Amino acid sequence: MTEPAISFKNVQKRYATTHALKGVSFDIKRGEYFGLLGPNGAGKSTLISITAGLAQASGGSVAVLGHDVVTDYRAARRALGVVPQELVYDPFFSVREMLRLQAGYQGCGKEVWPWIDELLERLELEDKGANSIRQLSGGMKRRVLIAQALVHKPEVVILDEPTAGVDVELRRTLWKFTRDLNAAGHTIVLTTHYLEEAEELCDRIGILNHGELQVLEDKAALLGRHPYRFLSLELSAQGETQALPDHVERLVEARRGDTLDLKLRQGEDFIGEVIEGVRGAGYRIVDVHTREPSLENIFVELTMDKDQNTDNEVTA
Amino acid sequence: MNWRGCYTLFVKEIRRFYSVILQTVGAPVITALLYMLVFGQVLQGQTIEGVRAVEFLVPGLMMMSIIQNSFANTSSSITQSKIMGNLVFLLMSPLSAFEIYLAYIAASLVRAVLVAIVLYLVTQFFVSVPIHEPLLMLVMLIFSGGTLAVMGLIAGIVANKFDHLAAFQNFFILPMSFLSGVFYSIQNLPPFWQQLSYFNPFFYMIDGFRHGFFGVGDANPLVSLIVAALFFVAVSAVAITMLSRGYKIRG
Repeated sequence: MTEPAISFKNVQKRYATTHALKGVSFDIKRGEYFGLLGPNGAGKSTLISITAGLAQASGGSVAVLGHDVVTDYRAARRALGVVPQELVYDPFFSVREMLRLQAGYQGCGKEVWPWIDELLERLELEDKGANSIRQLSGGMKRRVLIAQALVHKPEVVILDEPTAGVDVELRRTLWKFTRDLNAAGHTIVLTTHYLEEAEELCDRIGILNHGELQVLEDKAALLGRHPYRFLSLELSAQGETQALPDHVERLVEARRGDTLDLKLRQGEDFIGEVIEGVRGAGYRIVDVHTREPSLENIFVELTMDKDQNTDNEVTA
Repeated sequence: MNWRGCYTLFVKEIRRFYSVILQTVGAPVITALLYMLVFGQVLQGQTIEGVRAVEFLVPGLMMMSIIQNSFANTSSSITQSKIMGNLVFLLMSPLSAFEIYLAYIAASLVRAVLVAIVLYLVTQFFVSVPIHEPLLMLVMLIFSGGTLAVMGLIAGIVANKFDHLAAFQNFFILPMSFLSGVFYSIQNLPPFWQQLSYFNPFFYMIDGFRHGFFGVGDANPLVSLIVAALFFVAVSAVAITMLSRGYKIRG
């Protein structure tokens, strides 16, 4: 089969006063680890809700493994496991009961019970099976939700901000768990606010902003596309100093005590010239750090630019 | 049909009320027994439609409990799931609107039948109430309990908080059931109220149900049966349409 894991075609969502999705089209490939990013209110959760059947699109269509989420919802939902953002649970049941019920809704029977036990073990919940979910910590509840999304062994797994409010250790555990799932052939779609997370895990990244897909690229290409690098110079003044020359001054991003942070355009601004300029102004350079851009820089830049453009349009 | 999914939801709903059975079955039985003891004393020696008043009360109390419990089961379950947010697990599952409807209504009926049976058995310590036409009684029970379960489903979907449910229950279900002849024959009413009762579908539910016990009633039992069935079909159509359109549950 060659259908994409998820295919979005001109997906639109209008609420009474907002246009949450303005025609989003892209495919998530089978077997990839995809990062869906965007600032708050960009439309990520709306897009996921439409895919999961929790919301209805105002226009366009979504298909999971080629199954339309509206007209062929049974096949689409069987192929999909969604870990919701909110820590929701049913207070009447224990962890194991809840997982078995969820498997039942999916049409699975006792044949998946060993798999449920395996999930509990892999998510370090094996001794919590008989507990009421109410008694568990936030991190454990999060893991139960992940297990719940996987009871029917879906080929495509969506995790909606799974590491929000989760401690560092658990975050590492979840990272490894999702990587293992991906290695086992599951397509993973991750939305996150932690850009380092997307940078660490994802093969490909889509950035939604103001209800539109702004970027869709391989992570490496996206990182490479950023035309800057960062330079920090630790200085000590030696006697008389002059103002920095213009070609250095315009690159300065911030001054932190004795440290000067500069942003250099690749192929245009050269470290050697900057250092010469700084020295020429009478400074002694104590230390030099350079840093390649992170996804965070790219993200901020892309989403900020868009914001500024929008503002300009409004005021024009 | 995703029968296994539907059955799982049905079992889940039964386990939900079973886990608080004192509240869901015990409490309504006690309430009905208290009615029975108090009214039984007051109405001692009186007859209604040739039946001893205290015996006449039994099917009425059973139907009151069926009405209230069928409604409470679906409405509280859906509202709670909406408020807790766990309704998403159901909505993300490959269950059709009809499967969700069927599971909720069937589970609610189990509770209603359970309450009715326990209530009937307990009252037999005090009075002896025959069952003349068991089939009619049973069919009326299913249509009436089913109708109220469906109304509970609709109320649960529409309600945003428990306050809305309480309003629906207190300002609609309770007056409709009290004014339907649960505790009296409508022939004892002034003509205006008697005529009005014929427009209350709850009247046919209780009258047909009581007919099943005593073989007598205010309306033709066939008419009661048809009205109850039509009412059930009508509210079911509304509920299934709401579920399949995702009204208030799928944004």
